[in-house]
Amino acid sequence: MTDAAVRGDGAVERTYLEAIREALFEEMARDENVFCLGEDIGAYGGAFKVTDGLLARFGESRVIDTPISEAAIVGAAAGAAHMGMRPVCEMQFIDFISCAYDMLTNYVATARYRAMLPCPMVVRGPSGGYVRGGPFHSQNPEAAFLHTPGLKIVYPATASDAKGLLKAAIRDDDCVLFFEHKYLYRRVKEVMPAGDHVVPIGKARVAREGSDVSIITYAATVWKALEAAEELARDDGISVEVIDLRSLLPMDDEAIVATVRKTNRVLVLHEDTRTGGVAGEITARINELAFEWLDAPVLRVTAADVPLPYSPPLEDYVLPQTADVVKAVRQLARY
Amino acid sequence: MAQRTRRRETAERPRRSAAEPPSPSAALSREARLELYYYMRLTRSLEERLVNLYRQTKVVGGLFRSLGQEADSVGSAFALERHDVLSPLIRNLGSMLVKGARPDEIIRQYMAKGDSPTRGRELNIHYGDLDRGFIGQISHLGDMVPVMAGVALSFKLRREPRVVLVYVGDGATSTGAFHEGINFAAVQRLPMVVIVENNGYAYSTPLAKQTAVAELKDKAVGYGIPGVRADGNDVLAVYDVTRAAVDRARRGEGVTLIELVTYRRKGHAEHDNQSYVPPGEIDRWATENDPLDRYVAVLRDRDGVTDAELAAADRRAHDLIDAATDAAEASPMPEPTDALVGVYGEPAVVPPLWFREGVRSAVSAHERAAGWGTFDGASALKAASDD
Repeated sequence: MTDAAVRGDGAVERTYLEAIREALFEEMARDENVFCLGEDIGAYGGAFKVTDGLLARFGESRVIDTPISEAAIVGAAAGAAHMGMRPVCEMQFIDFISCAYDMLTNYVATARYRAMLPCPMVVRGPSGGYVRGGPFHSQNPEAAFLHTPGLKIVYPATASDAKGLLKAAIRDDDCVLFFEHKYLYRRVKEVMPAGDHVVPIGKARVAREGSDVSIITYAATVWKALEAAEELARDDGISVEVIDLRSLLPMDDEAIVATVRKTNRVLVLHEDTRTGGVAGEITARINELAFEWLDAPVLRVTAADVPLPYSPPLEDYVLPQTADVVKAVRQLARY
Repeated sequence: MAQRTRRRETAERPRRSAAEPPSPSAALSREARLELYYYMRLTRSLEERLVNLYRQTKVVGGLFRSLGQEADSVGSAFALERHDVLSPLIRNLGSMLVKGARPDEIIRQYMAKGDSPTRGRELNIHYGDLDRGFIGQISHLGDMVPVMAGVALSFKLRREPRVVLVYVGDGATSTGAFHEGINFAAVQRLPMVVIVENNGYAYSTPLAKQTAVAELKDKAVGYGIPGVRADGNDVLAVYDVTRAAVDRARRGEGVTLIELVTYRRKGHAEHDNQSYVPPGEIDRWATENDPLDRYVAVLRDRDGVTDAELAAADRRAHDLIDAATDAAEASPMPEPTDALVGVYGEPAVVPPLWFREGVRSAVSAHERAAGWGTFDGASALKAASDD
């Protein structure tokens, strides 16, 4: 907990990373069926130190260092989950979740439906770019799993949501993919809500109220949207509403429709690439559910359709930036 | 392995001489040895009944046989205790029957009935029951090894004296999931037994094109675990080798890999005409190495089992299968909208798409139309193989 800053009033702020760690500590203390497994999560405390201290507190039977075997990590978690355990798997970087894609999509996601075998388990890991991580330490693989019935997907943007959603994910009776944005790990912090803080899966959050244009987004780009909204209010007098989806599967259609009906102009923003991305799905839902409420076509701001490059000028060019959001909102407001 | 077996058996059965180590099967009662026969017969006869139903087009999907492999399934599953858990492969019907799977469930599964164990969602023997101790496989070969390692991990974490048995074929040993799962289980010293059924072929691919190792048991060396090999068509040998590995796992000594050498006398599935098999090979195994024939000889010679006793076991199997067939034929097909139930715990039901709101059935008839669900090539192949 070394990153925590004690504020003047005595309330302790937690970073996004500490909030995740706190959720793990609390859930493992609450329920002895909860255990963690992954690569280098024990003595080393994980590549980003998310699991630091868990081994000392809970011992090596509940904090299991595994071989480099994502399929075995996820498969073993599924088997243990069938028997009533609640495993939390760490992917050292979420980029490596693709090694367990078969296990997740074919085995885990179908188990309840085809065999009445529940899989109460979490697969979590550091995701996302803006960190000069290159093609294999920066990915956002959510769209690859959004297409799979049987999985749930959450991707928090704030520290309190990170904690509350992880606790909800661990308690959920199905497999939840918990994407953690590594750019946010130590950059955002807040005082945790008191008590047993659980955020329901499937509910979006209004990150900023507005009346002219809506930005629907999630994860790190929530903060880009908020920066853009500030700038647009100041320079253009445009009132921007920012919706932080928090959960992608199930998706909060009600919140999406509500903001469309309020502003009638929508920008969908995400860090992942464009083609086949989550933004396309959101756009289709708006088309089906609220077409008559639109005053402008739905626009997307996303990464370009390229593997994420390493060099700063390249990465910055590919990923969506605040200026891109400002430009897109201005276009929507003008339409 | 023999050393351990001898020590254990000597302790339990001191009357045996140390010079001739007793096998676990020597401790089986005459009744239990007859049960082995019964389950092998039940497996074979049930599959023969399924062939009849398949030819009547009452089996909606493909049909998978374990003809000639009944000993490896039955003998190995027989070595488990009530609370142990196994995961079968497509040719381990016998293992499931030993674990309490019922013929009526199997036939309902094949006929895609609404009251089948998976309510029509999954095919053939792809189903399980945690209470009876078997977990259904998926089609992705090797994937059950990590999953069953996880089941074994739960036993270890909870200090339950239970053992896991997972079956793979010779083909699955080439998959990444097999490697990752067995390696993880070995490192964790999990109470797990891995049986590799070497039946000569993975679909049409012979063992020589699957692996460069001389014997599949040699793969165990790479995981730091014992690898043993046994005659998969000798049900008592299968029981012995599995029992020793199961006992070892229960003592906390970790994973054992067992290669059971057998032979797949039918094609991959019923449509497969086995054109790739050298002439005479199948007949040779059928006449010289049939596991039921071999075991009947043993029962007669060693246990003095009579024709009447064997016939009684056969009749018991056939009566059960007849009753199961009647029950399955009378079962309803699933309600179409049941397809939307059970993807998640919460929400329990997926809402229907807008164009299906208020629509109870996507098609007017429940019964399968001719050729429905199969492409013409498959029908042609099936017709050819049925000739």
